[in-house]
Amino acid sequence: MTIAYVIIGLIVILAFWLLTTYNSLVTLRNRVREAWSQIDVQLKRRSSLIPNLVETVKGYAKHEKEVFENVTKARSALMGAGNPHEAADANNMLTGALKSLFAVAEAYPELKASENFKQLQEEISDTETKVAASRQFYNTNVLDYNNTTEMMPTALIANMFGFTKSEFFQATEEEKKDVEVKF
Amino acid sequence: MAAVNTAWDQVSSNIFKTWLIMILFTLFVVGVVYVLARGFGFGEVGGIGVVGFALVVTGIMNVVSYYFSDKIVLGISGAKELKHDSSKEIYHLVENLCIAGGLPVPKIYTIDDSAPNAFATGRDPKHAAIALTTGILDKLNKQELGGVIAHELSHVGNRDTLLMAVVAILVGTVALLSDWFLRSMWFGGGDDDNKGSAIFVVLALVAAILAPIIATLIQLAISRRREFLADASGVLLTRYPQGLESALLKISSDQEPLEVANRGTAHMYIVNPLKGQSAARSFANLFNTHPSVQERVKALHEMEGKI
Repeated sequence: MTIAYVIIGLIVILAFWLLTTYNSLVTLRNRVREAWSQIDVQLKRRSSLIPNLVETVKGYAKHEKEVFENVTKARSALMGAGNPHEAADANNMLTGALKSLFAVAEAYPELKASENFKQLQEEISDTETKVAASRQFYNTNVLDYNNTTEMMPTALIANMFGFTKSEFFQATEEEKKDVEVKF
Repeated sequence: MAAVNTAWDQVSSNIFKTWLIMILFTLFVVGVVYVLARGFGFGEVGGIGVVGFALVVTGIMNVVSYYFSDKIVLGISGAKELKHDSSKEIYHLVENLCIAGGLPVPKIYTIDDSAPNAFATGRDPKHAAIALTTGILDKLNKQELGGVIAHELSHVGNRDTLLMAVVAILVGTVALLSDWFLRSMWFGGGDDDNKGSAIFVVLALVAAILAPIIATLIQLAISRRREFLADASGVLLTRYPQGLESALLKISSDQEPLEVANRGTAHMYIVNPLKGQSAARSFANLFNTHPSVQERVKALHEMEGKI
């Protein structure tokens, strides 16, 4: 009789542990998803500023077609990105394209003096910071989630129910190079 | 402490130490309360009644002040709300750090005072507010300001207003019970059947004198621990310990007194605004709500280059 009770007790404890661990994994995974959707919000915000910017610059610098094309291409790549990896790539592409756009703008004093342009430039640089901040929050959540899925004994349950590692939203090689000073 | 002292390590170590202090503190309070109850001469049942009454009294006081913490302090300090349009740069700085920390954007207030300082308040992240003096906005650069704001947002994210309210309830209960016991010794007399056994009366007398002081010291230790924690979690938001480091040095070396601060609100600021406390440091430290700026800068210095 006693043995039966002990076994029943152990099964109950095990089931309870299984349940709470599973639930905490779900919570962590949903946090990662929520954090990802926050990056998405910021990326959308950023891409929604682009058409306006392109129009403004076009008004002063019609001939810089290539620059506009690059920016537009990067923007649609960003809009169509489906996973962190693609989004990171497209985002970096857009950052690069915008950089050359702003470099071109330097050559047009009237454009540079335009209030509208200044405001757009400010907003775009702010959304860039916001993208970086939401990326940081996403990565913090991924770290939490990955730590939990990979540590024993939770890793057993994570494997059993298919809680796979999440991907960090990483800076690409190109972005890291920007730190170097160019002469 | 571990050899590699990153911001992550400091965060976990400070959280662990808070738990440790809180557990010891709870045991201490339970012990003191037991001794006092026995000193009153109540058996188990009557003792629980007195203790319960003390808990309810301090509980109500502190829950009210916890619930209205933002309005009370902001009102006392003469803080004015800062709107998005009037100061975009500050607003965006706060907003972006909130995104990094996954917090809702708190209300931002400014206090018209040229002494540089800042504090955070509010019962939970949804009702949080941070206040910055006009002095801090003028005197710090963007990186330093980012460090300060990240520290304040970390207090919000770490639910420090709630923790300190719970601690205040415990300290208040001990103080109230001790006070009641001492009064009953003075004026009690007569009703001898109701007094506890001699040994518990003596023990309770000692406890009633010492416990409030010890409880206050523990409360201060927790407060200092939370400052270290807010520094470390703030660094995880900015990833730039140097900003907060130089901000702390600037704020503490500033000679101007903060006029709106008083003994009641001093503990809330990022650096203690009541100047002129440089007594024998290690001992004086025990009575401070904040660790010394030197200690905080040292901890921040250890995080440099490791995040």
